[in-house]
Amino acid sequence: MLKVKDLHKKFGDLHVLKGVSLEVSKGEVVVIIGPSGSGKSTFLRCINHLEKPTSGHIFIDGVDLEDPATNINVIRERVGMVFQQFNLFPHLTALENVSLAPEKVLKVPRAQARERAKALLSKVGLSDKCDSYPDQLSGGQKQRVAIARALAMQPKLMLFDEPTSALDPEMIGEVLAVMRKLAEEGMTMVVVSHEMGFAREVADRVLLMADGVFVEEGPPREFFTNPKHERTKAFLSKIL
Amino acid sequence: MVFDLEVVARYLPFLLQGVGITVEFTLIAFSAGSILGLLLALARISKNPIFHYPAVAYIDFVRGTPLLAQIYLIHFGLPQIFGYTPVGYIDALLALTLNSTAYIAEIMRAGIESIDRGQMEAARSLGMTYVQSMRYVILPQALRRVVPPMGNEFIALLKESSLVSVIGMEDLMMRSRMMAGRSFRPFEAYFTAALIYLALTLTFSRILGWGERRLGKSAQG
Ligand SMILES: Nc1ncnc2c1ncn2[C@@H]1O[C@H](COP(=O)(O)OP(=O)(O)O)[C@@H](O)[C@H]1O
Ligand SMILES: [Mg+2]
Repeated sequence: MLKVKDLHKKFGDLHVLKGVSLEVSKGEVVVIIGPSGSGKSTFLRCINHLEKPTSGHIFIDGVDLEDPATNINVIRERVGMVFQQFNLFPHLTALENVSLAPEKVLKVPRAQARERAKALLSKVGLSDKCDSYPDQLSGGQKQRVAIARALAMQPKLMLFDEPTSALDPEMIGEVLAVMRKLAEEGMTMVVVSHEMGFAREVADRVLLMADGVFVEEGPPREFFTNPKHERTKAFLSKIL
Repeated sequence: MVFDLEVVARYLPFLLQGVGITVEFTLIAFSAGSILGLLLALARISKNPIFHYPAVAYIDFVRGTPLLAQIYLIHFGLPQIFGYTPVGYIDALLALTLNSTAYIAEIMRAGIESIDRGQMEAARSLGMTYVQSMRYVILPQALRRVVPPMGNEFIALLKESSLVSVIGMEDLMMRSRMMAGRSFRPFEAYFTAALIYLALTLTFSRILGWGERRLGKSAQG
């Protein structure tokens, strides 16, 4: 499904990703943790080419993103992304946020796109907020709309970049519940998050990124109870 | 020396006929300048040097030189080079439009750049092209934000349009000069013209302010 090979990313002199490799198979949920500034967001952003990798290869469904013949917009249609800051479109209602891309990109007829958007909003528990603008929603509701918006493109892979870090504690649960449901339905997910409860219960694998490389990876039980690397131990002792 | 109201009353209809031209020039130059200015702003924001650098050069040239020089250049300069007979009306409109295009481009650019970069990223991450993202996500937000500075630009243009009188356009300014010459009462002539300009700018400010408030109500954030 997703295969990343020896990915490097530099911002000028700053070498952020230093040879990252990762394979995620269909239906797998991978959680990435790691200190701030270690390159987690950059890694996710490379996967859908919001950042252009300096070198290395990314394959999605066997399609090489670095191949100049690859249409990146078509790849992005298949890869949904959820941001820490939600990035909802403030001038559109919740429903329009969800229906915009299917309408404009996939050319789904408006009525049909709206029907689907309604169904997705009710799936994330917001059927009563269709006509609300982002301003009128709480953080947790915004993030659920953002998830519905990404799902509207029927992605095969979902990327989550600290989806609950900007939320008040009492709203984290509602977002994680939606993500958990998604995982249960078999969505392939790469999640950057420090919600350990979520990682333990939902992740198939947990990885620690530090200084632009994956230091350690393993099934959550082993990863959390019996970490092998010093960096992992040090990091876990800080957040647990 | 008293202010001769009788002269003012006599020439008022004559002056008011110039208001039509002033408003016409302003409206046309502003409308055309808005469309061209938006395109120019997009060119300036573009990372493609073929669009970017000409846009920068154009904006810098127009904003860095007097409108009066631009009017002379277009009306007297170009006909000399290309050997055609200048038409004052067209040259006046052209100068005002080309001038406002540059100022409006900078307003639009500031508006577009004020939109959080996460908006473009979210749009692109959904598979929208750059053009789709601009059209459906960035511009609708940016255009709302530029309404107040665009209002200022409109008022500025209305006043600046008085410069087209130098190439013989019978706008309000030109007619006040004619009134001064014919009546030998320059104070009355220019003071009345100034008051009419003031009435125009105040009226348009009111209309613009009203439009802004309505837009503010309908625009949710
Ligand atoms: N667009 C950018 N330009 C320059 N430096 C960047 C850019 N994006 C991220 N960085 C730098 O890359 C490093 C990794 O950032 P990031 O991937 O956001 O880390 P994390 O998500 O793990 O906190 C940081 O030092 C950050 O300052
Ligand atoms: Mg980050």
